[in-house]
Amino acid sequence: MHLLAIDWMFLVEKLVLIVVIISVSLGVAMYSTWGERKVAAYMQDRIGPNRAGPLGLLQPLADGMKLFMKEEIFPASSNKFLFLLGPCLAMLTAMMTSAVIPWSSPLKVSGHDVPLQIADVNIGILYIFGVVSMGVYGIMMGGWASNNKFSLLAAIRGASQIISYELAMGLSLIALLMLTGSLSLKTIVEQQSHGLWNVLYQPLGFIIFFICALAECNRTPFDLSEAENELNFGYHQEYSSMKLGFYLFAEYVNMFISSAIMATLFFGGYNIPYVHIADPNVAAIVGGLALFAKTVFFIFVFMWIRWTIPRFRYDQLMRLGWNALIPLALLNMVITGAVILWLKK
Amino acid sequence: MNALTNKAKAVDRRPMTWLERIYLWNIAKGMAITLRHFFKKKATIKYPEEKRPFSPVFRGTQVLNRDEEGRERCTACGLCAVACPAEAITMEAAERKPGEEHLYREEKYAARYEINMLRCIFCGLCEEACPKDAIYLSETFAPANYQRKGFIYGKPELLIPDPKTQPEEYAKAKGQH
Repeated sequence: MHLLAIDWMFLVEKLVLIVVIISVSLGVAMYSTWGERKVAAYMQDRIGPNRAGPLGLLQPLADGMKLFMKEEIFPASSNKFLFLLGPCLAMLTAMMTSAVIPWSSPLKVSGHDVPLQIADVNIGILYIFGVVSMGVYGIMMGGWASNNKFSLLAAIRGASQIISYELAMGLSLIALLMLTGSLSLKTIVEQQSHGLWNVLYQPLGFIIFFICALAECNRTPFDLSEAENELNFGYHQEYSSMKLGFYLFAEYVNMFISSAIMATLFFGGYNIPYVHIADPNVAAIVGGLALFAKTVFFIFVFMWIRWTIPRFRYDQLMRLGWNALIPLALLNMVITGAVILWLKK
Repeated sequence: MNALTNKAKAVDRRPMTWLERIYLWNIAKGMAITLRHFFKKKATIKYPEEKRPFSPVFRGTQVLNRDEEGRERCTACGLCAVACPAEAITMEAAERKPGEEHLYREEKYAARYEINMLRCIFCGLCEEACPKDAIYLSETFAPANYQRKGFIYGKPELLIPDPKTQPEEYAKAKGQH
C-alpha cells in the first residue's frame, strides 16, 4: 500500500472507539463519585445523597456545576503553567491506560472484524506501567507549582508511595507473565477463555497487585498524600474549582481503569466461564457487559475498603511496601518459576 | 478498687497470634462488619418529609393556653417570670373592660407578654409555676429566624389559636402533627 494512502475505515473505527471508551470511563468515574457517597452512607447506616433527582442520581452533575462555578484561584507565587499542567497530566495518564484494555471480543460489522480495543500492542502491560508511572508527575507538579511547603511535602509523600508500590506491582505481575508468556492483554484474556482464570494460578500475585492498585490510585488506606484531617491537606491544597475537580476526578478514572485491568489480567476479562455464544456480535455485547460487571465489582471493593480501614501511617506504609509486598512478590516469582520448571520436566 | 458499674472492659494484652500479625485476616473481619452494615436498616429520618415523634415530656416552644370557651387563661400574675431562671419572660398587666368577658377569663389579663427565645432554656419552670394552667411547653420546635428581634416572641406568636374557630392551627400549635 502507498505510504500516504490512509485507511479511512481503520481511522473512523478507532476514532469512534476512542470517543466511546473515553465517554464510558468518564461516565463511570462520574457515577463512582455518587456510588462512593452511597456506599459510604450505607456502611454508616445513613442514606446518602437523595435530593438531586431520583436516588440522588443527578448529584454528580450538581457537584460538577458547583466545581465549575467556584472561584479560580492561582497562588501569587505559583508557576502558572505547571500549576495548570498538573491536574491535566493526572487526568491524561489516568485516561491513557484504557487504550490497551480489550473491552470485549471483536464485533463483526459487514464481515469485517472490529476489535473493541483501541490498540492491541504486544507490550500492553509495559505500556500500562509506563503510563501509570507518569502519574507521579501530575502529583509532583501540583505540589511543586503551588509553591507551598506543605503541598510539596505531601507531593513527595505521594510520589515516594507511588514509586515504592509500583515496584511491588511490577514484580507481582512478572509471575503472571511467566505463566502466560505474553505482554499483550488480548493474549492474556484469550488464554483465560480456555482454562481457568489467572487468579486461581496466582492468588498471591493477585493480592499483591490489588494492594498496589489501591496505593497507585491513592485510595484509602494509602491516601496519605491527600490526608485532609490528620496531616495538612495534600498536594492539591492550593487548588480550587475545576482544577481540584480534575485531581479528584482523575482518582476515580484511575480506579475504574485499574479495576478493569484487574478484571482483565486476573478474572478472565470479558470471558464468562463455561459460556460460549456462537453469534460474534451477541458474544461481544455480553462479554463487554461481563467485563463491566467485574469492573464495577472491583470499584465496589475499592470503596468497601475505603470505608473500612483507617489510613496507614507513613512508616507503616513504607514498611508494608518494601518489607512485605516486594519480598512476597519475589517469593511468588520463585515459586511460579519452580512450578513451571517442574511441570516442563 | 471495686467498679460501681460493670461497664468497664479489661484491655486484652495477649500477644498477637499469627493470623492477627499477618493483618489481612483482621482486615477481612473488619470488612465483614462494614458489609453487614451495608444491608442494615438505616437509622436516618428524612427530615422535612418525615418527622421524629417527640416523647410526651418533650419541652418545645411555649404556648399561652386558652380555656374551653376560647378565653385567654393568663392573668399576668408574673409567677412564670419570677420562676424563669434565664429571666426570659416579661409582661404587662391590664384590666378587663366590660364587654371583653368573652376574650379574657378573669379581670386581669396580660396586655403584653414576651418571651425572649434567645434566653429561654426550655426548662419548663414557667409551666410548673403557672397557677392558671396558662403557659405550656408544646411539642413543636422554636423556628429559626434571621434577626435577633425575631426571637422575642410576643402574644401573637405565643397565644394558641382558638380551638373553636381555628381547630387546625390549634392542633398544630399543640404539636400534634
